[in-house]
Amino acid sequence: MIEWGLYNYWVVIFLMMTGLYVVIARGNLIKKIIGLNIFQVSVIMFYVSMGKVRGGTAPIEAAGFEVYSNPLPHVLMLTAIVVGVATSALALALVVRIKETYGTIEEDEIRRIEADEDAS
Amino acid sequence: MEGLWALISDDLPALQIAVPLLAATLCVLIRRPTAAWAVAMVVAWSSFANAGVLLHRVLTTGTISYVEGGWPVPWGIELRIDLLNALVLLVVTGICAIVLLAAPRSIDAEIPRDKQYLFYAVYLLCMTGLAGMTVTGDAFNIFVFLEISSLSSYALVSQGRTPRALTAAIQYLVMGTIGGTFILLGIGMLYMVTGTLNIVDLANQLALVGPNRTVMVAAACIAMGVGIKLAVFPLHIWLPNAYTYAPAIVTAFIAATSTKVAYYVLVRFAFSIFRINQTFDGAHSSAIAMMLGIAAMFAGSLVAIYQDDVKRMLAYSSVAQIGYMILGLSFANEYGLTGGLVHLFNHAIMKCGLFLVLACVLLRMGSTRLSAFAGLGRRMPLTFAAFVLGGLSLVGVPLTVGFVSKWYLVLGALEAGLWPVAVLILLSSILALVYIWRVVEVGYFKAPPEGADAITEAPFSMLLPTWILIGSTLVFGVWTSLSVGVASAAARMLIGGGS
Repeated sequence: MIEWGLYNYWVVIFLMMTGLYVVIARGNLIKKIIGLNIFQVSVIMFYVSMGKVRGGTAPIEAAGFEVYSNPLPHVLMLTAIVVGVATSALALALVVRIKETYGTIEEDEIRRIEADEDAS
Repeated sequence: MEGLWALISDDLPALQIAVPLLAATLCVLIRRPTAAWAVAMVVAWSSFANAGVLLHRVLTTGTISYVEGGWPVPWGIELRIDLLNALVLLVVTGICAIVLLAAPRSIDAEIPRDKQYLFYAVYLLCMTGLAGMTVTGDAFNIFVFLEISSLSSYALVSQGRTPRALTAAIQYLVMGTIGGTFILLGIGMLYMVTGTLNIVDLANQLALVGPNRTVMVAAACIAMGVGIKLAVFPLHIWLPNAYTYAPAIVTAFIAATSTKVAYYVLVRFAFSIFRINQTFDGAHSSAIAMMLGIAAMFAGSLVAIYQDDVKRMLAYSSVAQIGYMILGLSFANEYGLTGGLVHLFNHAIMKCGLFLVLACVLLRMGSTRLSAFAGLGRRMPLTFAAFVLGGLSLVGVPLTVGFVSKWYLVLGALEAGLWPVAVLILLSSILALVYIWRVVEVGYFKAPPEGADAITEAPFSMLLPTWILIGSTLVFGVWTSLSVGVASAAARMLIGGGS
């Protein structure tokens, strides 16, 4: 029998590393933001997995249910999702402004434009 | 008046968060720059007064615990103010209030008038986040307020005049979000092990659990995340650009507050929650922190010497000064930690003063490059004298605050039996002298460029806050019972394992 107990956490680690890699390796600012989102989602998944109790139901008291999942980490993640949305929104707004000023959202091209400015 | 005081007297900790948060929305609604500034001023100064009352109360009656909404601790969210965060709160709200004095004149030159009310709204939001991180007694709350303050500081940085401000802001955003998410991950692991988020309860539960693998990884994640926010040496790359390209007022504000609060969070986690000096391999983590601190002291100062833009120079100097704070923490003894905390207090005052000087120079000269400082000692004597005094404080000359913090850091090094580190602290001070001297030399001994006679002294509304801060670097350099008194009591409490 395969032990599935840690399956969620492997997914968390995989997503986290994927997200970090995308942030580091991609020069396109939109792709960076996507990477950042994947990274944040992995932590959300981590919290949600942590609160799950095997065989537990949603924590609503009702006859016939004895085991409940822990709702607290799930509730905390509502806040984290809001933070993630706000971060993405702000990042996208900045990218729009960058595109307007520099005409590109590729990091290496932006850096080249800035280096040219410094030289002149 | 009596009735009002009786009404709010018990709720002062919560008001530190609620008032600026509500006032921020009010600023958006009124849409007029002067009125928004007036609202922000009233809020910031009353928060400062509030912080003073709270510090007084902590000193006389001990730690304040405020239970939000009547939910009992550890289930409900607690605001907990002890000596450590009362001092940090006083610094943060004080800086917020004083910087606002200079804001209208300075941002008139950098932010369009129809957008200024938004600037004040975001400024107040940032203040909410910083005050919230400081007063809260709940680990998850720290993350939430950290993100509030970070998101608003990204927005503030992006308001700079040049397009570089945009790239600096997005770089800060990417780094800051990674840092914030690591902190969230670490807090999640702590919750997994202990089932609690209340800081006092966390510390007690962790003492029972002992240092297992999950706790170690949680500590690593949190140290990493806070390290990014604090701009500890190899994680500092967002800082120079963000400080250089942000509007002058924003630099003065952020440089003096956000890294300081991040340092507070690090101290809180390290000593109140993980109790690194008592439980798991404290020596090991101390050694890492010490190396990073020393590396920052030298790398930051050395790079600062070669900068052409004085604002960028001071940004790198901040990296070095954060190194001193980390060094103080790494000694994990009473003197060292006192040195770190006193330096938090002192560095906030002097760096804020110095960046306000740069705001004055930028307003009058249109640039903060070294060439703009030529002959400034004669053309803007008061402004430049403030720079010289602030610079001396950065070097650590006796009778200034910089000397007080370095004194305690050296004592800490000696108490830890590390006299070579004490020598390194003194050596790195010489580097600070070099980069400050470069500016002083240009300011006093170089003739101003032709046809620049029209330059006059900075406006009074900007000189006043600058001199309040520079004056206090001298006051607190001699009268140390507030800064050192509270910091050493807080350090004793932390080393003793209290919370």
